[in-house]
Amino acid sequence: MKQTILTVDDSRTMRDMLRLALVAAGYRVIEAIDGVDGLQVLTGEKPDVIITDINMPNLDGFGFIEAVRKDVAWRGTPILVLTTESDAEKKARARDAGATGWIVKPFSPDKLVQAIRRVAA
Amino acid sequence: MTDPVEHCVNDIFEMISFRIGEQEFCVDIMAVREIRGWAPATPLPQTPSYMRGVINLRGAVLPILDLAARLELPSSEPSARSVIIVIDAGGRLVGLLVDAVSDILSVSRDAIQPPPDIACDPVRNFIRGLMSVDGRMISQIAVERILPEVETLAA
Amino acid sequence: MDEMEAIKATFFQECEELLADLEVGLLAMQAGPADGETVNAVFRAVHSIKGGAGAFGFEGLVRFAHVFETLMDGLRSGKIEQSSDLVAALLRAADLLADLVEAARGGAEAEDDRTGAMAAELQVLIEGGESAGSMSAPAAGEAAGELDAPFSFQPLGASSPCEAEAPFTPLAVLPLDGPAGDAGPVAWSIAFRPRASLFHNGNEPALILRELERLGPATITLDASSVPPLASLDPEASWLSWEILLTASCEETEIREVFEFVDGDCDLSISRAGEDAPAEADTDAAFAALLASIQDPPAAAVDPDVAPPVMAPPVVAAPVSRPVVAKASTDPQVAAPQATIRVDPERIDRLIDLVGELVINQAMLAQRVMESGLSPSSAVSVGLDDLEQLTREIQESVMAIRAQPVKSVFQRMPRLVRETAAMTGKQVRLVTDGENTEVDKTVIERLAEPITHMIRNAIDHGLETPEARIAAGKNPEGMVRLAALHRGGRIVIEVADDGAGINRRKVLAIATDRDLVAADAQLSDEEIDNLIFLPGFSTATQVSDVSGRGVGMDVVRRSIQALGGRISIASRPGEGSTFTLSLPLTLAVLDGMVIDVAGHTMVAPLSAIVESLRPKPEDVRRLGPTGMVLAVRDTHVPLLDIGCVLGFRTEAPPASDRVVLLVEAEDGSRAALVADGIHGQRQVVIKSLEANYRQVPGIAAATILGDGRVALILDVDAVMTLRPPGASRAAESTLIAAE
Repeated sequence: MKQTILTVDDSRTMRDMLRLALVAAGYRVIEAIDGVDGLQVLTGEKPDVIITDINMPNLDGFGFIEAVRKDVAWRGTPILVLTTESDAEKKARARDAGATGWIVKPFSPDKLVQAIRRVAA
Repeated sequence: MTDPVEHCVNDIFEMISFRIGEQEFCVDIMAVREIRGWAPATPLPQTPSYMRGVINLRGAVLPILDLAARLELPSSEPSARSVIIVIDAGGRLVGLLVDAVSDILSVSRDAIQPPPDIACDPVRNFIRGLMSVDGRMISQIAVERILPEVETLAA
Repeated sequence: MDEMEAIKATFFQECEELLADLEVGLLAMQAGPADGETVNAVFRAVHSIKGGAGAFGFEGLVRFAHVFETLMDGLRSGKIEQSSDLVAALLRAADLLADLVEAARGGAEAEDDRTGAMAAELQVLIEGGESAGSMSAPAAGEAAGELDAPFSFQPLGASSPCEAEAPFTPLAVLPLDGPAGDAGPVAWSIAFRPRASLFHNGNEPALILRELERLGPATITLDASSVPPLASLDPEASWLSWEILLTASCEETEIREVFEFVDGDCDLSISRAGEDAPAEADTDAAFAALLASIQDPPAAAVDPDVAPPVMAPPVVAAPVSRPVVAKASTDPQVAAPQATIRVDPERIDRLIDLVGELVINQAMLAQRVMESGLSPSSAVSVGLDDLEQLTREIQESVMAIRAQPVKSVFQRMPRLVRETAAMTGKQVRLVTDGENTEVDKTVIERLAEPITHMIRNAIDHGLETPEARIAAGKNPEGMVRLAALHRGGRIVIEVADDGAGINRRKVLAIATDRDLVAADAQLSDEEIDNLIFLPGFSTATQVSDVSGRGVGMDVVRRSIQALGGRISIASRPGEGSTFTLSLPLTLAVLDGMVIDVAGHTMVAPLSAIVESLRPKPEDVRRLGPTGMVLAVRDTHVPLLDIGCVLGFRTEAPPASDRVVLLVEAEDGSRAALVADGIHGQRQVVIKSLEANYRQVPGIAAATILGDGRVALILDVDAVMTLRPPGASRAAESTLIAAE
């Protein structure tokens, strides 16, 4: 069965790139354009992994992760954050919010899939 | 898209052949969009004499090129039997006015020979190759070259 | 299209939107201290551009965006204070960013001194702002480090500032075996004890161990000795630890990478076990043991290739309800997605073409019915009238789909004003009005150039220097107002300045000097003002770098008239000038006069026709060997037979028993065009000749008439300049001047 990945990013470019890489690697991809939209999507979908950007309008990545983790249904769901640079401060904040791991942009498909494998069965 | 190599199967080309006066010509069938009867064209001012004008092709403005005049052959007034072959010449559609369509030919690549080197501009410019079918000589038109160049406008 | 190329196209499209957001945000900041969300939006725009640029390896763009972003981050966090100087610098940085995006789109990464200088300027602002606080912000340090690197293009992968991986390719071939290396396998001893926090973030030791096995064969030993009796077991705590003996040809960093996400959430030690690695580890058994240990109740051994289910920590609260949308910090109404759809513009163009066909077909049908002699009150005719009404409504609705606000053009102007002001040393404030006025896409695309020209002209020639303005008792800051409005089925664009107004004496002197008007000509103020549109007229004493690369307002006028538009100027000395240009709302249809020319049906654009008249024989006069003029009231205008000019005939029949169209062209000059007959006015659908053929002198485009035949649309300007051989230019200019 295909695993489903929810990508949350306000950049169309980034969503498209994630989709291209993830679909090629055999995943099913659903998308959201910001944190609020992401939470909306989660009312009807049950992704196996969530990949989210940090800087987004309406509800940023930190807020989104916190909101997701508050719901018992998503407590164990792996969440990977996209960071533009290996910013230790942002990583720490994301982890405090409940992120499982991170992906540094720009990413190669290999690195992306490797990161997912490390957090999802 | 003008290169026939892209669409030949087992090196066999399909051609539509047609007559202008006594001579026979053909174009690659892949370049042909449709064939229609002659309809009076609206003449264009200040254009080469081989441009017959433009007609309405389902809403698009289609230039009509008198192929006989373009090849510097004797050109006659179009009749009800005249035919317009609509071809795609490098993204632009153009209608070729010819006397009559004669046949659809299957020609193998080997049967097409380059035009002999005779010092004759129309042949050198507009004929891609020659082939022999049932004893007739048929010249293949280089469709991408028959429209006047855009640059010549300034001249 | 290649998928990556498609994404790249999306990226540049998105960049345009982001750059527009960026400008809007910065302009809001310019107006006064902006709220956090505005600064945030600006930050995000730069951040997103940088993110995409990194993915495509636009290194120069990434570098510059990074410095920009760092500064915005400082502003956002309050480390750097907002000031008008700072916002001015940000606006220039945004302009440069737009240039870099454009350069990247063009395929070349334009890296110049400007980029380096701007980045250095931003860097100074970053450090200046933060020196007050602490210098510990990692972003600032990072950016400073990057500045040492020269601003030059580097291929992707070479010392990228953002750890660029190998170029992105959609092919995901995963190495299933450990990486091959020259060095032989090394035995690693790894001790891994997760802490409870590891589970809280959704990490899963089994998956990490599985990843580890990809590096090489491993012997995994579970230590479950500290698991307490079930009764006292806290399911959220961590009780297990593992000892792993890994044989792999890899560096320690590769092993550390596997544990990257759990760094700090576990006790981890990695060491070399010795040179002699165990030959073959019984991984299956080890893995089965691991799985059995964490599964409850204990399960049979599971093949390691089958993904183990995620179950740690066991969730005690069993009922798993559907998640409810968590309370977001923003008003849900604000976040509600806009009810819009994205449509490929080509589809809309196609739809408009089809509706054009429908209009033509409807007209053809109406003509046939009329020719058949049916009474206008017959059921067929009445039905046709309804059809016509419907067709027109469909056409209007479809055209409305493609209508766009002029905002997209107006948004480019603040930058132009800034640059022109800087170049001319003037202080300028741009005021825009009516930027939501909608006009067809075909027109929007053609508006930018004339507006650019008029604004440059207003600043360069209209506005005075700050000193001169002060001397005149004005605000040193000049104002340029750009407005759009709908009037009479057309769009009107106004460019007004509050400068000195046109210096009529100077204009007249120049025009006389250049033989554009007769020395003794008596001209009204309005006529003098409009002399600036004459070809070859330029009030700049030297070819100015600003207002026109050597071209004058005549070029603007010509391009506008080519679109069926008009341009005029009104000026008041000391108070300023206003350029007003009006254009049709669409270039898809045109109001035309259907005429007969040497046996051919043609269409003359109504916008160019001043009036049509039947000349009296005594009004037609000869001038020179072949020239003809027509007396229209008290002026003489050149009389041209359209058929002769276009080469349809060589000898013109007498003009007096035919129809004359009095037309006005680019330079305001008039001519009398002779046609053989007039069929009346009608709206026609414009068809390009260039799509399948090329431009034809004297012809603007084509259309399809009710009888299905193609009719050519006259290019009135061109017809007036395409003189039949013999008519001298001298006679022509005399005539225009005498007017």
